Amino acid sequence: MDFQLPHVDFRVMAPELFLFAWALVVITFDLGTKRRSGSATGYVALLGLVITGVILSITPEGAGFGAMFYNDAGSLFFKVIFLGAAFMAIGSSFGIMERKIQHHRGEFLGLILLSTVGMMFLASSNELLSLYIGLELTTIPLFVCAAFFKDNRLSVEAGIKYLIVGAMSSALLLYGISFLYGLSGTTDLLQMRVNIATTHLTFREIGLLPMLSVVLLVAGLGFKLALPPFHQWAPDVYEGAPTPVAAFLSVGSKAAGLVAFAKIMINGLQVFYEDIMAPNDWGLLVGILAGAAMVWGNVAAVRQTNIKRMLAFSSIAQAGYIMIGMLALNDIGLSSVSFYMFTYLFANMGAFAIVAIFEDKTGSTQIKSYSGLARTSPFYAASMSVFMLSLAGIPPLAGFFAKYYVFAAAIKMAGSNEIHQWLYWLVGVGLITSVFALYYYANVIKTMYFTPDESPYKLPLSLPGSAVVLIGLVGVILFGLMPGPVMDFASAIPAAFGLIAP
Amino acid sequence: MDASVGPVFWILAAVTILSGIAVVSLKNIFHCALFLILCLFSVAGIYILLHAEFLAAAQVLIYVGAVAILMIFAIMLTSGLASRTIKQVNKHALTALFACVLFVFVVIGLIFKSNVWNWARVPLPEDNVMTIGKLLMTKYMLPFEVVSVLLLAALIGAITLAREEEA
Repeated sequence: MDFQLPHVDFRVMAPELFLFAWALVVITFDLGTKRRSGSATGYVALLGLVITGVILSITPEGAGFGAMFYNDAGSLFFKVIFLGAAFMAIGSSFGIMERKIQHHRGEFLGLILLSTVGMMFLASSNELLSLYIGLELTTIPLFVCAAFFKDNRLSVEAGIKYLIVGAMSSALLLYGISFLYGLSGTTDLLQMRVNIATTHLTFREIGLLPMLSVVLLVAGLGFKLALPPFHQWAPDVYEGAPTPVAAFLSVGSKAAGLVAFAKIMINGLQVFYEDIMAPNDWGLLVGILAGAAMVWGNVAAVRQTNIKRMLAFSSIAQAGYIMIGMLALNDIGLSSVSFYMFTYLFANMGAFAIVAIFEDKTGSTQIKSYSGLARTSPFYAASMSVFMLSLAGIPPLAGFFAKYYVFAAAIKMAGSNEIHQWLYWLVGVGLITSVFALYYYANVIKTMYFTPDESPYKLPLSLPGSAVVLIGLVGVILFGLMPGPVMDFASAIPAAFGLIAP
Repeated sequence: MDASVGPVFWILAAVTILSGIAVVSLKNIFHCALFLILCLFSVAGIYILLHAEFLAAAQVLIYVGAVAILMIFAIMLTSGLASRTIKQVNKHALTALFACVLFVFVVIGLIFKSNVWNWARVPLPEDNVMTIGKLLMTKYMLPFEVVSVLLLAALIGAITLAREEEA
């Protein structure tokens, strides 16, 4: 019997291998200093992320382990987002590490890093088995992180809710995958596209079974992305989980869900999208979910009094906008999605960092406690306003260009063929709900700036929390003024998924 | 599937479903755990009927031998848990039942209506346990190793959550 390994190239896998080793280093470091290391453990974790970023910048594209690990432009771009999200989440968790989880700092940081490894692994896999394992490695550490305040009822509830929803979405996803495997006889996504195309053409009259697997896959991934009607867990989990974990969930975990979606639905099932006559088109299905996300996310966000719940509904709405770009299967759709996610990283992580600092100082997450903050803490109030305006999509901030590119991609797609004209409606919904969204984002600014009394709280400037806010601020403004360089990087992504100009 | 397999399959399927229902409806958590073992066993039997011997062995060794036994230990070592009466349903039980039954019928209907399973008709290799072992050590080695990272993360997480806080 011969044991022939696929082509193995460790240089391609170097960032993941290093970050995995570093996660163990962080845990050991915390134990080695008898848990008296103070904030040093946090800095060790941040250092590891920076080194991983440096390694990532020299990582070549190509196959690392056959189809199980393949770096293309999209993998590398999204790995930057994952590392950024982990960096900013850990940077904003120094407050809770000092006061609330001082006995388990190492484990907390180690689990966040392991989850990041899972996301990076996921972004490189072109095969359903490794993709699923990457997705599980992403979420399982986060179940624990969500429940990390063990004596806090809301946090434990968040952990259990996230665990149950995560298990159920995985079950749906796996069931869908099992049908795909039965139909195509392979787990390799590119091979699957070929096999399903042939099966599909031969057995066109019974196209309902592929549709069943598409529905299951969209439901499973919809839970991960928190698209309505699979979104109910998000506000409760974000509210109960430690704020940096909620931030990491809203950016890192969402980006991982997007990658999984793009890999399965575009790499594996692109034929279904193009074949509009068949009943198994996934475009319309996802389009309806995206529309529901934009409408319901924004409407529900208006009623929230807790800023973490508001940001949760805002992130549901943002997922809707992102999916518009995902539905534009042309040469700019996926690059607009990537750019959107990149700007969302800075705006959302920045906003959550301020929420974390505020909660650490005051213990409150109510929007009304922010009243008058502009007089006592002008830096934080100004930064928060910038993040809110970017999330709302106000020029010249990065969030404006993100929305602009996504809408432009969808309009181009809609114009390319008559059968895609329904995308105009989706863009219309996006534009109208964007205006609506301005109301609750501006409400936070109004509370901070336009209330007569001065806030009783003064938020201190501290490292590295303030640095995270500053990174977010610089990112949102810089990439708003000069989106070009990032778009240049992102422009190679659609081609990596086999998408070209029609 | 040849004729002699038919009755065996139906018996196993009935045992699986009935014990599964018992797991989610009985009021004593210890009885639930016992029925879970029965349920997992009969699923292993179905795997054998499908010539997935490795999967059947793994099912018995891991789920019955380790997971379910651990559950029983946990129940018995937690004081008062085995004798307590628990309620397994809430006010949404009927809605959930309706949704599940609907889902099952839709799925079964679609499966029976289709004949696209030509990929699944590829004959099994002679020695499929050895083939699986070989594949795990070659083509699927990377995901196999990543699973151990996943296990490590789950272990660290479980210990962190279950540990008693020192003052």
